[in-house]
Amino acid sequence: MSAPFARLPRWADYGLVPVINLFVAFLVAGVVVLLVGENPLEAAGILVKGAFGSGQNIAYTLYYATNFIFTGLAVAVAFHCGLFNIGGEGQAYIAGLGVALVSLGFDSVLPWWLTFPLAILTAAAMGAAWAFIPAYLQAKRGSHIVITTIMFNFIAASVMVYLLVGPLKPASSMAPQTRDFLDGAQLPKLGWLLEAVGLSVRSAPLNVSFLLALLMAWVVWVLIWRTKLGYEMRTFGFSPKAARYAGISEARIIVVAMLISGALAGMMALNPIMGDQHHMTLDFVAGAGFVGIAVALMGRSHPAGIVPAAILFGMLYQGGAELAFEMPNISRDMIVIIQGLVILFAGALEHMFRPAIQTIFASISPRSMGVPAPKGKGA
Amino acid sequence: MVDALVQLLDATIRVSVPLLLACLAGLYSERAGIFDIGLEGKMLAGAFAGASAAAVSGSAWVGLLVAILTAVFLALVHGFASITHRGNQIVSGVAINFIAAGSTIILGQAWFQQGGRTPPLSGPARFEPIILPGADALRDVPVLGIIYSELLSGHSLLVYVAFLMVPVTWWVLFRTRFGLRLRAVGENPAAVDTAGISVTWLRYRAVILTGVLTGAAGAYLAVAQNAGFVKDMTAGKGYIALAALIFAKWKPVPAMYACLLFGFLDAASIRFQGAEWPLVGRVPVQLINALPFILTVILLAGFIGKAIPPRAGGVPYVKER
Amino acid sequence: MAEPAIQLIGINKSFGAVRANRDINLEVERGTIHGIIGENGAGKSTLMSILYGFYHADSGEIRVGGQPTAIRTPNDAIAAGIGMVHQHFMLVENFTVIENVILGAEGEPLLNKSIAKARSELQRLERDYGLEVDPDAVIEELPVGLQQRVEILKALFRGCDILILDEPTGVLTPAEADHLFRILKMLKDEGKTIVLITHKLREIMAITDTVSVMRQGTMVATRRTAETTVEELAELMVGRRVLLRVEKGEAKPAGVKLSVKNLTVKDSRGVVMVDGVSLDVRAGEIVGIAGVAGNGQSELIEAIAGTRRAQSGTVLLDGRPIDVTGHADPGELRDRGLAHVPEDRHHVGLVLAFEEAENSILGYHDKPHYLRGPFLDIDAIHADAREKIAKYDIRPANDRLKTANFSGGNQQKIVLAREIEQDPDVLIVGQPTRGVDVGAIEFIHKRLIAMRDQGKAVLLISVELDEIRSLSDRILVMFAGRVVGERGPDASEGELGLLMAGVEKREAAE
Repeated sequence: MSAPFARLPRWADYGLVPVINLFVAFLVAGVVVLLVGENPLEAAGILVKGAFGSGQNIAYTLYYATNFIFTGLAVAVAFHCGLFNIGGEGQAYIAGLGVALVSLGFDSVLPWWLTFPLAILTAAAMGAAWAFIPAYLQAKRGSHIVITTIMFNFIAASVMVYLLVGPLKPASSMAPQTRDFLDGAQLPKLGWLLEAVGLSVRSAPLNVSFLLALLMAWVVWVLIWRTKLGYEMRTFGFSPKAARYAGISEARIIVVAMLISGALAGMMALNPIMGDQHHMTLDFVAGAGFVGIAVALMGRSHPAGIVPAAILFGMLYQGGAELAFEMPNISRDMIVIIQGLVILFAGALEHMFRPAIQTIFASISPRSMGVPAPKGKGA
Repeated sequence: MVDALVQLLDATIRVSVPLLLACLAGLYSERAGIFDIGLEGKMLAGAFAGASAAAVSGSAWVGLLVAILTAVFLALVHGFASITHRGNQIVSGVAINFIAAGSTIILGQAWFQQGGRTPPLSGPARFEPIILPGADALRDVPVLGIIYSELLSGHSLLVYVAFLMVPVTWWVLFRTRFGLRLRAVGENPAAVDTAGISVTWLRYRAVILTGVLTGAAGAYLAVAQNAGFVKDMTAGKGYIALAALIFAKWKPVPAMYACLLFGFLDAASIRFQGAEWPLVGRVPVQLINALPFILTVILLAGFIGKAIPPRAGGVPYVKER
Repeated sequence: MAEPAIQLIGINKSFGAVRANRDINLEVERGTIHGIIGENGAGKSTLMSILYGFYHADSGEIRVGGQPTAIRTPNDAIAAGIGMVHQHFMLVENFTVIENVILGAEGEPLLNKSIAKARSELQRLERDYGLEVDPDAVIEELPVGLQQRVEILKALFRGCDILILDEPTGVLTPAEADHLFRILKMLKDEGKTIVLITHKLREIMAITDTVSVMRQGTMVATRRTAETTVEELAELMVGRRVLLRVEKGEAKPAGVKLSVKNLTVKDSRGVVMVDGVSLDVRAGEIVGIAGVAGNGQSELIEAIAGTRRAQSGTVLLDGRPIDVTGHADPGELRDRGLAHVPEDRHHVGLVLAFEEAENSILGYHDKPHYLRGPFLDIDAIHADAREKIAKYDIRPANDRLKTANFSGGNQQKIVLAREIEQDPDVLIVGQPTRGVDVGAIEFIHKRLIAMRDQGKAVLLISVELDEIRSLSDRILVMFAGRVVGERGPDASEGELGLLMAGVEKREAAE
């Protein structure tokens, strides 16, 4: 977004700087662990073991990562177009409605492999639709998209609460959720993938949505760097004036980018609803839309960075659950702190360590820095 | 009839106060050109710190002080990221909201072991209602009596402070040197810089004020309106305050009206839950809850006036262009 | 003799690799008007920004009234009695005049007292110097000339003894400029010291007592104005540079390719920038538009090229209209054979964060040659980029390098290669050699002549009069949004200069 032009070697820019930022975020998180009277190193050990210690743990980690790949990609696509989509949470929430309606409507008549594509399309369409109004208002009326997407998160929450305590709730039930789906709307698990390498996954909810998420990561890469549309989005994201000069319609590119972003956020709903719970509950998104911001910032908006960043957060979620079990003082909310710290250090403070790193690089190898500084304005 | 109305308005005032304090808090920051979507987080952290300190010390005043210090600390983090390091102000605000949401729960559980709650507050650990002079004596005067004794009297100190802050903020903004400079730096920081005033220090002072007021908002929630902290007790109030700020077009007196309107919607939705209305039938409570956000979107869309933010808002000041 | 008002000793300032000021020495006598003249980019503004504490010198000393003075911030400068009117006004647009005047010099914590004081002080300044302006008017509603007056009032209100003005007449009409000069003379008579930065020789001769000339970051000479001539100053400004005359044959103009009739363009504030301009460009000729920056040239070519909406008028490209008042689409115009090299290559012509190859298709990214269906044909794009790099000698020859890492001249070559190699019928070029090194200038000029000789229609705008004169077959002069005259390529600099200054309008219109 606003990053100045790289004056570091690429590997340092895309590898070293994020790693240092991440390291500092974890360092501060360690202080919080100290504050609650636990040993940070021990906690980190439990966390990693909880995330990767067994086949089941790995499967859980990847299950959570699936959510974050979708939402991370959603935020990244908007970033490339210079837009900040904070509304992934609401877009995923509304998309869940589409997933639920398709599942409820077809689970008794269609097999999963027919319900799934239908649900994908509906989720994408509903997510995109929820992103459309903020996008349109930004494009046509200049309403700040950050504010409108925040507002739409709250509106989405109200809509879904209304539906889940009312129309969508089976009359016989007290809980605010839909009825359970039949087999036709239950996604196959991917446990066999891990079992093939000799791990035991038992009932972990990792399912085919994970493969869809990886596919989408690839699709986003192609979209951004290999299509005309992606080229136009990046042009607009870097320089709206250059985009205008190049004949790119501002309104169109904003709306299209947000529709794609909303669709990606919407697909996140497939994973918990059809892949795990097999019904739709209140607040099934559980903050994944916001985690997407951290994931996109950490992954520097590139799918090759987003997938590992999503897995890292999957690890935090899964390992955090184990940690909460072992250290009662540390609940899973620890992850929320880490998430905030990652956003702070990898996002808002991303340039804090850069000057120091640049100085170090300049002193080691001046040749790698052979780029003049931005020019000052002469007379 | 009058009784019911007064009760509704009384409830409106109670729920409007945290909105108002947070809204005025945001006003200082955004008028200085620093967007702040971290009002929610600062308020939440303030509520938790205030309740914790009040529970430990047994004094509501200590609670208020600690709430303010905590929120100011977070405001300084926001300032450090967005003023000193010219980071993205939205990203920084989001980060602060998460840090506050997570740490209030973690620390609360670790320190008090009550599932994220702080110990219940009573006596001097809470801000008690203040009975205005003669409130009891005048209770029986028709209409005016009840308005005075129920609506105006019987609130905690922070309620009166919050409403007093409206004219104070107006006065600071439009009648003092500090206010002039604050407004200028949100419009054109280069003009402030060339006039020999430090943009950085001016903006830091603005975010500190934001911290003070969000801290007070949090303290009100946990130490005055309620008797302790419960997890996620701000429940989006910071965002509603932000919506109110936009709705008020960044002006103090309209900010009060916007907060009262949104507070009224909140109070009414609780009171009339499930009630049947002529013509429209039953209005879902969720619709009323969403109304502040819907109204703000409509305003932002330019259908009811135009909300133009301070011109330099959200843009870090870079001298050499 | 009294100590000089200002002494600058050995000032150095670099921005990255660019040395904006090298070892500058300057003395300004008290109670005089001292001009600093030089071409764009000579380092004048940088030097004055250092004196005003806006930038920090890397080394050197500043003395004010003979006393070594550390000026680290504008505050220090103000305390030392220095005021500055910046080229881009430093005003808060939605504040009133009086609010802007007192900002930073309020004196009291409460405004009502400081405003009352300021009001009487403003009345005094108004009386003494003829600086009338309504103290309660809101800045954004004032014309530019009055906004500048507010800037001067700001400096005087702070009690400045030394007033720096950076290119003050760039935005003024001649009448406003004359008024400004009268004010400056009055200030001088009151004992104030004035430093005037400009690149206009006419102003230097008209008003200054002494003049210093800057060239490429160095101070090359200081003269008493009465003892020097325009010719000498011009030579000092450009150095002993031989005028870049490009070898070119006779133009063989054919039919009209681009025809503009009664075009009117307003800027975002509703100010008329282009006022009923008509012109024709024929195949096989270069039409140059000369003019002082800000006289509507930029808006004119932006409207023709479809990146700015016009209010009225028609533009015909090859006889067919361009929807300049509605939704002219730059992409569609490219398809119709109109190419545009924009003035601002950093923000418009290029995306600096892109790789070279990505910029080599900007605007042409939807041409079938670069696409396979909705996908970019990466191989074709890179092959194409490498071909252009070779043909235009773009260095470094790396089509994967970020564009920001190329020098100004090479960036401009990237833009030119892109636009010219699409073989357009009409080429619109804005400031083709601004910030471009000498070697590249020659190359670019030759390419433009070659375009003409291939029978293309070229419309050129440039603030460099030399460039206009050496390239154009016909020269139009724009002043205050209008075309005020047309001359042949052999018109003298003096003649064009007068037209550009808006004088003798009636004769010029013939």
